[in-house]
Amino acid sequence: MEIPAIVGGGLIVIGVGIGVGGIGRGAMEAIGRQPDAYGKIQTAMLIGIAFVEGIGFAAMFVL
Amino acid sequence: MPRKIYFLSLVFILFGAFSIKAQDKKENSTNIGNTKSEIKEYINHHVLDSYDFDLLSYTKADESKVYVGIPLPIILWDGGLVIFSSSNFNHGKSLAQFGEKYYTLYHGKIYKTDSSGKISYDIKQHVLNKAPLDFSITKGVASIIFVSIIMFVLFTNLANSYKKNGMIAKGLGRFFEPIILYVRDEIAIPNIGIKYYKRYMSYLLTLFFFIWFCNMIGLTPLGINVTGNIAVTFCLALLTFIITNVTGKKEYWKHIFWAPGVPLPMKFLLAPIELLGVLIKPFSLMIRLYANISAGHIVMMTLISMIFIFRNWVGSSMSFMLAFFISIIEILVALLQAYIFTILSALYFGFAVEEQDH
Repeated sequence: MEIPAIVGGGLIVIGVGIGVGGIGRGAMEAIGRQPDAYGKIQTAMLIGIAFVEGIGFAAMFVL
Repeated sequence: MPRKIYFLSLVFILFGAFSIKAQDKKENSTNIGNTKSEIKEYINHHVLDSYDFDLLSYTKADESKVYVGIPLPIILWDGGLVIFSSSNFNHGKSLAQFGEKYYTLYHGKIYKTDSSGKISYDIKQHVLNKAPLDFSITKGVASIIFVSIIMFVLFTNLANSYKKNGMIAKGLGRFFEPIILYVRDEIAIPNIGIKYYKRYMSYLLTLFFFIWFCNMIGLTPLGINVTGNIAVTFCLALLTFIITNVTGKKEYWKHIFWAPGVPLPMKFLLAPIELLGVLIKPFSLMIRLYANISAGHIVMMTLISMIFIFRNWVGSSMSFMLAFFISIIEILVALLQAYIFTILSALYFGFAVEEQDH
């Protein structure tokens, strides 16, 4: 039995969701610990999210 | 507060009701399956570039399609310059004649053909007809020219107004000054370093505003899709790639081919990986911008198309509401993608000019 390609799409979404969620959580914890470093943490968070998203999109194009 | 909510729901339901009324008449002639394939066709047509600047199209009572829009010039190089208006193609329905040469539009590409408009295929259904070199002003190119003119006029005016007012922002400058300062103070200086940031500033500012403006006009109902076109993002990424590698200092190349501070066998292992990284960096820039913007456009058009699938006031209001919220998110994404492209470019320039201080 062949697995439909859309299952892969679901797996990509799960993976990217976990990745972005983890980054967001880490950033929030960091901001909670160091509220002064808000700007720097946000920048680093956005870059991290962009990388994870990029991988997700790359996978989606292979699909 | 409750009054606001009532007002909002009223707006959603009203707009939804309008949208059903707009397509009530066609109900008898088309079934759902047809509608779905038609929606797919519309979305594909929107995402891809085209030779006409169409604002809308509708079907008349006698089944003929009417397009409302502007034809754009088609410029080909085919043993000589060939220029004619894209209205000659009549949206792919007729041949364009230029002197003795005939051209046809087939699946969004221009092919050379004879007076009968014949297209020949090989076994795998590839077109065998010759395709001339295409320098046409397509929808995307026209939009890029439009954005460039806006940017040129806007920023030269701003620069002049600073000179006149003794270096104090005025009018639109009050809006753009903080953004430009943000690009300098938060993107360029921390990533590139105070010593070299100045020579990259013009490129970073141009990049930021070009991507932002292109994303924003993509959100208007004009149906423009510039940064959601992989050729455009490829060129932007190529510029970053060229600037990074041309301005790269000795340290940058040393880090790639002979990584300092690692054991000797690791140096040989790291060199090919680092070399691959040089190519992967701009590649990821290209894919990220393209995928984000085109995915946003597809989601938006799909949500709007839900009106034509549900065909009742609940579905229509829901569709309007969702499309409305996605539009707001897309405004954020437009800025965010411009920001990310710029900050990553700045980061790569930073690697290129980094000084050895450890």
